[in-house]
Amino acid sequence: MAYTSPDPGGPVIPNFQVTSRCASQNKLFCWDWFAKNWHSVFVPALLQHIELMFIAVAVGFALCLGAAVITYRRRGWDVPFTALGGFFYAIPAIAAFEILVPVTGLGTLTVEIVLVSYTLLVLYRSILTGLRGVDPEVLESARGMGLTRAQLLFKVELPLAMPSIIAGLRVATVLTVSLATIAAYVIPAGLGDPIFFAMGNGDFNTELVAAGVLVVLLALAMDRVFVVAQHLCVPWSVSGRGSVPRAVRLRQRLAQRQASG
Amino acid sequence: MNTVHAFVNAFPFMASHLHLLLQQTVLFLEIIGTAIGIAWIVACPLGMALGHWHRGNFVGINLANIARALPTPAIIALLLVFVGIGFTNITIALVVAGIPPILISAYVGIDQIDPDVVESAKGMGLSESQVLLRIETPLATPLLFGGLRTAIVLIVGTAPLAALVGGQGLGVIIVNQPSYGLDGVVAATLWVAALAVGGDMAVGVIERFLTPTVLRRARLSAREEVRIGKNLAEIPLRP
Repeated sequence: MAYTSPDPGGPVIPNFQVTSRCASQNKLFCWDWFAKNWHSVFVPALLQHIELMFIAVAVGFALCLGAAVITYRRRGWDVPFTALGGFFYAIPAIAAFEILVPVTGLGTLTVEIVLVSYTLLVLYRSILTGLRGVDPEVLESARGMGLTRAQLLFKVELPLAMPSIIAGLRVATVLTVSLATIAAYVIPAGLGDPIFFAMGNGDFNTELVAAGVLVVLLALAMDRVFVVAQHLCVPWSVSGRGSVPRAVRLRQRLAQRQASG
Repeated sequence: MNTVHAFVNAFPFMASHLHLLLQQTVLFLEIIGTAIGIAWIVACPLGMALGHWHRGNFVGINLANIARALPTPAIIALLLVFVGIGFTNITIALVVAGIPPILISAYVGIDQIDPDVVESAKGMGLSESQVLLRIETPLATPLLFGGLRTAIVLIVGTAPLAALVGGQGLGVIIVNQPSYGLDGVVAATLWVAALAVGGDMAVGVIERFLTPTVLRRARLSAREEVRIGKNLAEIPLRP
């Protein structure tokens, strides 16, 4: 790509076409360069990042929901599922990409396999913990009311497991946002792409700051989305332990103790 | 096929490049040791203090939750701008990643202790610092160590990223596939995974010795885990 600098004395920043004095001097952040490249570089990268994240969390959630329900019914499956999730989790992400490339090629499939495999442990554990945390008395009365197993799962157990499931989704989503940045090591997609590009071109500060801040904002925004989702979907979890004043808790405990002799 | 061969050939690679692997392991341990040390010194006393006063929910824990959401690769990219490449960059990024699990576990561990126990300790005339050090700290041992173990797994798994920004350690082999081949990548990966598991287990052994006998067999029920959010504080977030 032809490089013409209006400021021939500045450091060489190839591939950025005609740059302003600010960009060619590699100042901390150049609004003009950011504004000029917002539509061509950052918007597509941000959308690709969200797409990578969304597919990975959706696929991971579907797999883990199945696995967790199986384990919930039959205890024996817990060890193999946890071991599998833990195994994927122990591999550093860059290495996972490199090892998979000869098998699935330089493409989105490779990236999604790695991203999904990292969500498994978190989602599986949170769904299972949620299901196991359902009060046995509630299950007993639901069975007494004549609910079938499927009804019990979809109408009682899963709704009551929601706080834990949403907390798991929150962790998995934020994790995937982070990992999708490294996906640019394999495919030119996501917000990692401008970061790696800037690193390969003499650490171009404006692009590093812009892409880095966008990843951080995306992660924080997704984190917030799930906090809000939790408040909307499971209002009872909001009035949990955290918001009960300590004095009230102590008094309740005392009352229980007296009642039980 | 290549990948399968690489897993087989990784072991001869370990034998023939033992010197390189050991050399990079030492540098790797230097990075993670520094990061875990700093993270622990900052986060553990802070989390314990917040738990002791039962007032962490608003500031400390919310900040830790935000820090937990910070994507390490993005932090490394931003630090490139401010501190450049090398040891400082990756160490700061790893400290930021390691603080939340330690802080949250220390807070939860102290905060969840039965208030009656603390009340009776105070009634027996123990001072605030005695309550914290002699009553609360031993009772919180499992969670204090849990947070440290989570941080170790997280930091060891993240530290190979150092190689992308001019840091040293086993990541150098992982990102240099042209020089060391896929065999080398797999060998270094297995080495990193072994360090993560080994570090976790080593701390687990220390934990067994330091945990008061009465707590050794006590396991939290699933309901209790949900209530204190333990299972989530425990899972490392990492790239």
